[in-house]
Amino acid sequence: MAGPSALVLFGVTGDLARKKLLPAVYDLANRGLLPPGFGLVGFARRDWAAEHFAELVAESVKQHARTEFRDDVWKQLLEGIRFVPGDLDDNEAFERLKTTLTDLDESQGTGGNHAFYLSVPPAAFDIAVAQLRRHGLANRPKGSWRRVVIEKPFGHDLASARELEKKLGRAFEPSSIFRIDHYLGKETVQNLLAFRFANTMFEPIWNRTYIDHVQITMAEDIGIEGRAGYYDGIGATRDVIQNHLVQLLALTAMEEPTSFGADYLSSEKRKVLSAARTPADLDAHTVRGQYGAGWAGGREVPGYLEEQGIPPDSRTDTFGAIRVDIDNRRWAGVPFYLRTGKRLPRRVTEVALNLRKAPHLPFNGTDVRALGSNALVLRIQPDEGITLRFGAKVPATPMELRDVNMDFGYDSSFVESSPEAYERLLLDVLLGSEPLFPQPEEVELSWKLLDPVLERWANREAAPDHYVSGTWGPQSAADMLARDGFSWRRP
Amino acid sequence: MIINLTDTGTAAVQQAMSKARRNVGGASGLVFTLVVVTELSEYDRALAACLEAGREHPSRILLVTNGRARTDRLDATVRAGEDAPGEIVSLKFHGALQQHRDSVVLPLLLPDLPVIVWWPGRSPKAPGQDPVGRLGTRRITDAMGDPDPLGALEVRARNYCEGDTDLTWTRLTRWRGLLAAALDAYPMDVTRASVSAAPENAAGTLLAAWLSDRLDIPVTLDRQQPGIGITGVSLSSGDDTITVVRTDGNLAKFSAPGLPQRLVALPRRDLNTLLAEELRRLSDDPVYAEAMSALVRRLDRAAERTQGSRA
Repeated sequence: MAGPSALVLFGVTGDLARKKLLPAVYDLANRGLLPPGFGLVGFARRDWAAEHFAELVAESVKQHARTEFRDDVWKQLLEGIRFVPGDLDDNEAFERLKTTLTDLDESQGTGGNHAFYLSVPPAAFDIAVAQLRRHGLANRPKGSWRRVVIEKPFGHDLASARELEKKLGRAFEPSSIFRIDHYLGKETVQNLLAFRFANTMFEPIWNRTYIDHVQITMAEDIGIEGRAGYYDGIGATRDVIQNHLVQLLALTAMEEPTSFGADYLSSEKRKVLSAARTPADLDAHTVRGQYGAGWAGGREVPGYLEEQGIPPDSRTDTFGAIRVDIDNRRWAGVPFYLRTGKRLPRRVTEVALNLRKAPHLPFNGTDVRALGSNALVLRIQPDEGITLRFGAKVPATPMELRDVNMDFGYDSSFVESSPEAYERLLLDVLLGSEPLFPQPEEVELSWKLLDPVLERWANREAAPDHYVSGTWGPQSAADMLARDGFSWRRP
Repeated sequence: MIINLTDTGTAAVQQAMSKARRNVGGASGLVFTLVVVTELSEYDRALAACLEAGREHPSRILLVTNGRARTDRLDATVRAGEDAPGEIVSLKFHGALQQHRDSVVLPLLLPDLPVIVWWPGRSPKAPGQDPVGRLGTRRITDAMGDPDPLGALEVRARNYCEGDTDLTWTRLTRWRGLLAAALDAYPMDVTRASVSAAPENAAGTLLAAWLSDRLDIPVTLDRQQPGIGITGVSLSSGDDTITVVRTDGNLAKFSAPGLPQRLVALPRRDLNTLLAEELRRLSDDPVYAEAMSALVRRLDRAAERTQGSRA
């Protein structure tokens, strides 16, 4: 259970706040994990009374919360709900915020512990942080804490990421800055640690002797859905690979941490990310794509360039695929392929470890034609679970072999529904628990890995490779793997 | 559990499948996705065959049909845990969506597992080039499901692509087994061979092509026999002859040199059994490919002869 504290949400009218953050706050309260005097302060450019804001919160909770709506829980939460109208550059608004928080400290006993969640576009980070500092909101009185939470993107390259760190560092201590990568809050991602380090049967094969190559995929079936302003110029690689996929790569490939404390965990991630590199021939081993018009999932959809608010000559990647090699004893020679894209056939995230073929198959050649290689697939979403693929004999044939799957499904083995990532992460912010948040060095290493790729793409004359909406990406992505003798899984 | 969805998309169908699976307690261990492309009139027959095949090979079955509504929309029915161990999703396409059926089928395929596309009735001219057919690692057609079986078999043979098979070939499995075993038991250098079959029977044509390819001799085909399906095969060398005669489509009379005539059960098999057998093999079938190319050569020679006699 979190201690006395208040959570201030900037950008509370945004999608993320309405669909994820506010419901998560309620779910935490419903699970009894928020203290009695918890304060929730909304800050936005709306001329609302506190009651109106409370209604909005109630509405989004009823619509999106994971747990059932209970009046008593809501009443407890309602006591601490406040709203401060204003712009980020409005000094008076920040003074009002300060008064509101002081008032909450007294009336609700939030004890001067304040977390500021910046659910605002990256361009507004600077001003928000500067204002918090100017109005003394970032200074913690003795015995209390002040924390700031920021969402990706953490910059758009190494230099801008460092710049962002510097600005945040002027207002907040390093241990008070929480960078959210919501993937790390997912149960299945945390289970990756349990899977690798709590069991004995997987560790022996978790290396180059047995693993042939690794494919990490995050596919979305939707397009940019009206988020042109955010998305254009950023693209899939910065939006997804830089944070989610690189983190998944680190957790999959790192050595065993001494413990799951933030320092130990981060030092293993840093170590493996320092050993990661992209190939020298970036044209052969990376692909950027952009979706064109087509039929996806039974609906006719426009191409990226025809989306509202996208310049007709935009070169933003809506699909990115990158080969990463890790130069250490465990992984030398095992390529890791990271790919992400919008308007792919289905929404799915998975880490697939493909094992080497058996060195010798004492079977008739035609009997093993349908036999692939063994694979271990960690399904991050949806249908969270783990699949093990291996060959088996087809009944009623002499010795015909075929791949079969052995499946572990979260929702069949554990009946309790898993908490949403944001529940876990918000609670961790309030508790001051850091292990599930990427540390600044990890962010920097991730940019170091991707900067050469992004630079190469920016200097390329050709437009991104075209792919039809509703397909698994451009032909060049298939060619990229074929060059190495592999093919993409159909996730 | 049955969930009906009207005017829907693949994301909603996937959610319905997850829900159905949760309710019936998991449908893991599915071995492949079977896509069945059929016409409304054949729907029931195809569904029955799928249920039977699903018992032998638990799978996700996508039944693809065109509907008659005037709007562009997709209707779906998800069944899990009802009659078969796997999942059955009926997809009905209306309006312009009928031209983009692959965009719905692709997202619903099981991850990484083989995909088999089956046309129980009419099939596209080149299944390997068909938008839905291209999604499959294996494509199964049935010339006997076509109003013109012999014509359909020829089209199959001329458009063969790796991974194709026709159920005509599966119907021959027992005939081929019996003939091969007979030649193993009574080895002889076959110089003459003939196949007789009912009119419009595609299997007889393919059997003749296969025999001529394997034995490397011309095989005569008599397609005017009264009876059902293939009615007889004879293989001769000098005065020695092996014959199999089946006039009732069920029990055959088998004779070989120096042996009394014996009875062999050689029943025509129903569609369900044929499909279940065909699904045991998910890789391409090189022997079928050779038989089909022999059939093409045979048809070409026949066409040349007709042209020659005309000229």
